[in-house]
Amino acid sequence: MTKMPDREKFPVHTGGVENFDLESGRYMKVWQGPQHPGVTGNMALELVTSGDEIVDLKTHVGYLHRGFEKLMERRKWIQNFPLVCRICVPEPDFNEYLYASATEELSGIEIPERAVWMRNLNLEMARLASFLMWLGGQAGAFGMGTIGQWTVTMRDFILDRFEELSGGRIYHMYIVPGGVRGDVPDGWISKLLDTLKKVEKVMDDIELVLFNNAVFKKRAMGLGVITPDMVDFYGITGPNARAAGIKRDIRKDRPYLVYDKLDFEVITGDSLGVDSDAFGRTKLRSAEIRQSIDLIRQMIDRMPRGPVHVSPPNVLHWKIPAGETYLSAECTRGEYGYYIVSDGSDKPRRVYVRGPSYTHAVALFEHMAPGTNIADIAGLMVSLHTYPPEIER
Amino acid sequence: MVDLKALRAEMDKRYQVGEISEQRADLAFLDCDKIDVPDAVAYLRDHEGYVHLSFITCVDRLEDELFEIVYMLRNHEKKHDLGVKTKIDRKNPVMDSMHNHWAAVATYQRELYEMFGIDFPGSPGVNRPFALESWAGPPPMRRDFDTKKYSEETYFPRPGRETHDPAEHMKKTQYPGRADL
Repeated sequence: MTKMPDREKFPVHTGGVENFDLESGRYMKVWQGPQHPGVTGNMALELVTSGDEIVDLKTHVGYLHRGFEKLMERRKWIQNFPLVCRICVPEPDFNEYLYASATEELSGIEIPERAVWMRNLNLEMARLASFLMWLGGQAGAFGMGTIGQWTVTMRDFILDRFEELSGGRIYHMYIVPGGVRGDVPDGWISKLLDTLKKVEKVMDDIELVLFNNAVFKKRAMGLGVITPDMVDFYGITGPNARAAGIKRDIRKDRPYLVYDKLDFEVITGDSLGVDSDAFGRTKLRSAEIRQSIDLIRQMIDRMPRGPVHVSPPNVLHWKIPAGETYLSAECTRGEYGYYIVSDGSDKPRRVYVRGPSYTHAVALFEHMAPGTNIADIAGLMVSLHTYPPEIER
Repeated sequence: MVDLKALRAEMDKRYQVGEISEQRADLAFLDCDKIDVPDAVAYLRDHEGYVHLSFITCVDRLEDELFEIVYMLRNHEKKHDLGVKTKIDRKNPVMDSMHNHWAAVATYQRELYEMFGIDFPGSPGVNRPFALESWAGPPPMRRDFDTKKYSEETYFPRPGRETHDPAEHMKKTQYPGRADL
């Protein structure tokens, strides 16, 4: 039995304190990040601690601000295509799809059916790669670096398939206006199926090692509880909301691309029988990895033949009629969306990128952190699957 | 399916709202008077099922001297998105804060203060820097902010570096004395 620290000598924190008296010696300010292995991406956490307990957290962003939204206003519609994917490293395809789809909606371009399927296959592969990277991060935050090595290896195999398909490992620029850039190369499908088999085998090992690990269980269970009544107020979407038992998935609720033709059920914390804590969210995401693999197999089986691209208008003189639209899709972290305003010219008037981490990493995380042990803050942060480039864009 | 006419009529009874325009079956935009926006958004949230705030952003309508603020709300049950839009004066950009409506609103307002210079009096930490710590220039997302001019004035080229015309430079360094090139 471990001896619990004597909390008597630390001040009782009841919340609502704006300025902590650091001179008193009762509190200490600790900066975690922007360069810290336990922080996802370039983000800094300004922690006020009392003993080893967090009493206040402020999220600092701005280390990665590249001004994408401003850059897009000064470039032609087509020139933005190589730009949008660079907003998000783990899932660039969602940016490509949403930007392409929104411009097609505004300019009235219809794309061939096979291109729709190819886009969906791309998005699901991106989800799978992103989930694998996340799973390694979550295990690593609790000291299990080996699992991170396994999952990053598996992600690399998926990146190989992306490279064969599009020429790029990280940024694919595959989904372009009018469809996708090309059809699958010869033999690619069987390679992809082999990769899926490999991923499944490693997932068996990971689930055995991770979910039966006493340290992981003890530290992740009860950490970062999200209750269902928090979901609307904090704007929680994606697996974080689903683990709390809220059955919401844009893929099912408002099917885009071909999700209405695929068989899948929304996975929630209740359907898995887990609590809405870091442990439950890990189990849920691990189940969603399996679901992604299943969806990719379904798409490969049912994909129709045909052309994958229609010629858009001359892209150098491409003017989009005035109008505005908002499109959203379910990425691994939640609701990812593009709000695009056109004023009828050859450049966008405004492009706004809605990333789920905007609320998860700032408002929600700042609310959840007080009361957490300082050793668990990295695990808590990773369990929310925050990603800074979505916050500052 | 959302009956947009009924929704607009319901809103019109209570608030000063303009036209409602349908973009897609699951997306519409409603114009609303600046004064009524916080109440109208709270009404939509509490009585019409628009419980989720997707984002708040601003479109700079420079030619009309206006800022257009967009509040994107989502109704999960009816599977519908509603963008509530309001126009504010660009010369005196002040908007009522809604930080009590949703937890993330304060962050969005902080970003709008920094990027467009729109003030939200009473919003917690609205003037604390968000992504641009120690930024001294004008709000950078405004349309009249000239990025090239700003960088030329602010960031000077490192001494000792010079710019050459590539063709002339190649001739001079690689093929000296060749007149036929």
